[in-house]
Amino acid sequence: MLQLFYEHLEEVVALALFGIGFIQLLLNKNLIKKIIGFSMMDSGIYLFLASYGYLESRIAPIYVDGITDPSLYVNPLPAGLVLTGIVVSVSVTGVMLGLTLRLYQRYHTLDIDEIAELVRREGK
Amino acid sequence: MKLWQNLPLFLIVLPLMCAVICSVLKGKAARGVMTALASFACVAMSVILLMTAGQGKSYIYVMGEVGAPFGNELKIGVIEGLMGLGFSLVLLFSILGGWRKLTKDVAPQRMNLYATMVCLLVSAMMAITFTNDLFTAYVFIEITTIAACALICSTNKGRTFFAATRYMIMNLLGSGLFLLGLSILYCITGHLLFPQLEESVKALMAKGEYKIPLSLAAVLMTLGVGVKSALYPFHTWLPNAYASATPTSSALLSSLISKMYIFLLIKIFFRAAGAEIFAQGIGDVLFVFSLVGIILGSVDAIREHSMSRMVAYSSVSQIGYIFLGISLGTEAGMAAALFHILAHSAAKSMLFLSANKLREVSGGSDAFRDIRASGLRAPLAGLAFGVGACSLVGVPLLGGFSSKVYLAQAGLLLGDWRTTVLLLTLALSTVLNVAYMLRTTLTLYRPGQRYPLTKSPLAKDAPFTGAMIALVLINIVLGVGGGRVMELIYQGIAMFN
Repeated sequence: MLQLFYEHLEEVVALALFGIGFIQLLLNKNLIKKIIGFSMMDSGIYLFLASYGYLESRIAPIYVDGITDPSLYVNPLPAGLVLTGIVVSVSVTGVMLGLTLRLYQRYHTLDIDEIAELVRREGK
Repeated sequence: MKLWQNLPLFLIVLPLMCAVICSVLKGKAARGVMTALASFACVAMSVILLMTAGQGKSYIYVMGEVGAPFGNELKIGVIEGLMGLGFSLVLLFSILGGWRKLTKDVAPQRMNLYATMVCLLVSAMMAITFTNDLFTAYVFIEITTIAACALICSTNKGRTFFAATRYMIMNLLGSGLFLLGLSILYCITGHLLFPQLEESVKALMAKGEYKIPLSLAAVLMTLGVGVKSALYPFHTWLPNAYASATPTSSALLSSLISKMYIFLLIKIFFRAAGAEIFAQGIGDVLFVFSLVGIILGSVDAIREHSMSRMVAYSSVSQIGYIFLGISLGTEAGMAAALFHILAHSAAKSMLFLSANKLREVSGGSDAFRDIRASGLRAPLAGLAFGVGACSLVGVPLLGGFSSKVYLAQAGLLLGDWRTTVLLLTLALSTVLNVAYMLRTTLTLYRPGQRYPLTKSPLAKDAPFTGAMIALVLINIVLGVGGGRVMELIYQGIAMFN
């Protein structure tokens, strides 16, 4: 069991990060901490993918010195997916931060429950 | 490759370019570009549908000449054409129907940004409809999330910012789950394209390997899509987002965005991961969730005191119907779900747009006590609301009736415990639908003193009139010509895999 744990350390850490981030994003009341949670959640997934794409003693598939044997190179696709995913999560984080900024300017708090209360009062 | 076969790619790339152009145009010009794009999408989709249906088989569009298993593909068949046509028509009429309110709600200097977001949404919608690749679908899901968030908070009020934040939080959770499921599936199979995925999942299932991880991946993806399309227990973001946005946005959110996620889920189940994983209990869980959603969504709708929130909650119940069709795991169930996607899109966009018009002639309030007699002040909006409500209740000759019939038929074909439960729920839900939909429609025609019967200042609203007439006609066509649409869907299912 412990052996399995050590062999798959990256995956375990990745899923732990995902879980922590998920809970933060879902349950934390503070909007900034929610965004941090979101970043952690996505980082967990990228770590998961990146560790899957990394094989020891293999190199990046850049064709320079005439070696065409595919068993010496890693699959570049997971790295590509991680890069794309990072771009996506950066833009989403930007949008979230913008929304948070607007809410803070208007209600002067970052607590989402307090904002909900203020919005309800405003509506009446 | 014939010329028309390039249309799907154009439909993805052209909106992206339009989005860039819109961001630097003046408001009015950008709005024109957005409308022209929506019209072009309708025409192009009709061509695709006609050609694929005439040709009788689907085709795969290989991007950049790099074929499977490394490249990126689009797959175009009758179902994609039909769904795309339905989505594009609803898009066009939502823009037109909310035209006047849009110019009021969105400041003129920000109108170009609204158009940009709609263009991005069109691009994402087309990409999700056509793509044959899981990761491409994920990227466009995120683009949709951002665009939808901007569409919600376009009115620049505190309430809408709050609704947009709630929407973003729930949707990010959903896309996180989806991405994790996708990663697990990719790590097990090593493929992202649907046909290769199906092949390797089938091989693994036959050998009996990786059963739990495969189910986990399927559960995560289903959960992610469920959160994003407001399946019952995850619908908390929905009422605020739908009810507080400008009517065009609400119509787009309820009838396009949540529907295309579901269409993606259908593709994943029936084309990519295969029914094998699905049969291992996920279907039954989804079945229960959707039944609960159908009933409790209606109960929530009954308890609301304002028209737009009631319409928003009825979405929860209607999404339940669609998931119910998918959860049966049969061809008939899937066909019924696809039909209901079309029927509900047509009816719900009309409800949101006409509800807004009724609110405008009732002094800006849509509480039930204020909208009395508003159907007389704005006759066309009242008529459209009535037709939409009747369609969702399931009055014959309208789209909602046909989809309920097809769902019931799909249920009857099962012949196990699910048949009884499904039919009973359909009956109960129809009663509940009558309770809130028809009650609201009757309220529209009850005499009220608050706002006297005057000639409406909004009488001349040509885009709204046109859009409402067109949407009413679409509803009637779906109801009367339901059989023909079903034939198309079955033709599409035959070429789906």
